[in-house]
Amino acid sequence: MIPDFLNDPSHWGHFLFWSAFKVMMAFAIIMPMVAYSVMLERRVSAAIQDRIGPNRVGPFGILQPMADGLKAILKEDFTPSHVRRIYFILAPAISMIPAFLTVAVIPFGSKLGNQNMVIANLNVGILYTFSIVSLGVYGIVLAGYASNSKYPFLGGIRASAQMISYEIAMGMAAVPVFMLVGDLNLGKVIAYQADGAWLVFKQPIAFVIFLVSAFAETNRLPFDMPESETELVSGYNTEYSSMKFALFFMGEYAAMISVSALMVTLFFGGWTLPFMGLNETATSLAGGILHILIFLIKIAFFMILFVWIRWMLPRFRYDQLMDLGWKRFLPLALANIIITAVILWIGHL
Amino acid sequence: MESQLAQYIPVLMLGALAATFAFGTLLASAILGKTGYRSRIKDTAYECGMLPVGEGSARFSVKFYLVAMLFILFDVEVVFLYPWAVVYKDMLVEHAHLIFGSMMIFLALFLVGFIYEIKKKAFDWKS
Repeated sequence: MIPDFLNDPSHWGHFLFWSAFKVMMAFAIIMPMVAYSVMLERRVSAAIQDRIGPNRVGPFGILQPMADGLKAILKEDFTPSHVRRIYFILAPAISMIPAFLTVAVIPFGSKLGNQNMVIANLNVGILYTFSIVSLGVYGIVLAGYASNSKYPFLGGIRASAQMISYEIAMGMAAVPVFMLVGDLNLGKVIAYQADGAWLVFKQPIAFVIFLVSAFAETNRLPFDMPESETELVSGYNTEYSSMKFALFFMGEYAAMISVSALMVTLFFGGWTLPFMGLNETATSLAGGILHILIFLIKIAFFMILFVWIRWMLPRFRYDQLMDLGWKRFLPLALANIIITAVILWIGHL
Repeated sequence: MESQLAQYIPVLMLGALAATFAFGTLLASAILGKTGYRSRIKDTAYECGMLPVGEGSARFSVKFYLVAMLFILFDVEVVFLYPWAVVYKDMLVEHAHLIFGSMMIFLALFLVGFIYEIKKKAFDWKS
């Protein structure tokens, strides 16, 4: 029944088939996660504000994301005549695709059978991730430009300045991690943490800078100036409706999931747990699935943190945001790099 | 199929899948979506219900350009840090002073540039 090449690692069909299988699987996991993180956001914010939240569609409202998706497709797909039409249609897709591409290098489990649970085992690892994350800004800037309208335009240029500023803080915060690990491959980062302690304990400053930059990078409160509804209506997506709007929404949540996955991988040990032998590569199918579940639970923790912070903190002012990024985080990250370098150097004298 | 170039095939697959999903749903919504009427008022740019004033792409502060230029300068420097960070631990074994000293000089230059920008008030948003 099963063709031979599926069990023969030297056959090219083996590689292609299992790669396609893993891509499908990752997509099939991320899409429901995006849908249910919207659900999670609405229920948790309702709980924080002492409301009930969506609970009508299906038991406890669990079918709400499906209803939302169906609604987005069936709504009137209106493209105003004053927009730059081609960019206007491209922008939502461009803002969504990078968010999904980021997860390609992140190991989301140890092993199932003889397959490593990572879509692409690139040796440039984190550099690929950073380059794809920076592509995320294009969709938003393009949306602001293509709308040819004041609020989206302001949202777009704010987003560009904010995202590129925090990319530097994010990139510099991650440098000490790779000084300790000595490899850019994210699988090696996890292996390093499995051997010793999680990097959040060795590099707490790097983690804090990375976490705050992640909020700025995904345009979440307290840094959601590109959208700030009290002054810019809805920022870059003001002129969008129906599925085009929904794609921005999904892109934002997918970006939150992938940046959470990145934080889990870099600072919280990825799919490992330091007890019950869960630091070891799984040998059985059940062990492999358990590792994937551990990874997803760690991501869920960060997703709840994202939602929680949204209702805990008020929005920053734009100059405060820029001050924080350039005048506080940049020198702090630089100091962190130098301190790490000196400590490693003294250890070798 | 262990070469690094082959590892980009799954990346392309994922990109193709994401693109198919994005454009597929856009197409589905264009086909299945309700077709409403179009009127001159509905076609105007949204400005909270008022008639739009002036052109859509308004003038904006030159500070945004400045941030973009600073980004390019600093991002290049950050990219230089990565190769160094990767080999740092290995090179400490034999060439400790060389790898440490040379990077400290580079970071010192980085810091001088940064202090210059601060003194020039390039990072001050209000002014």
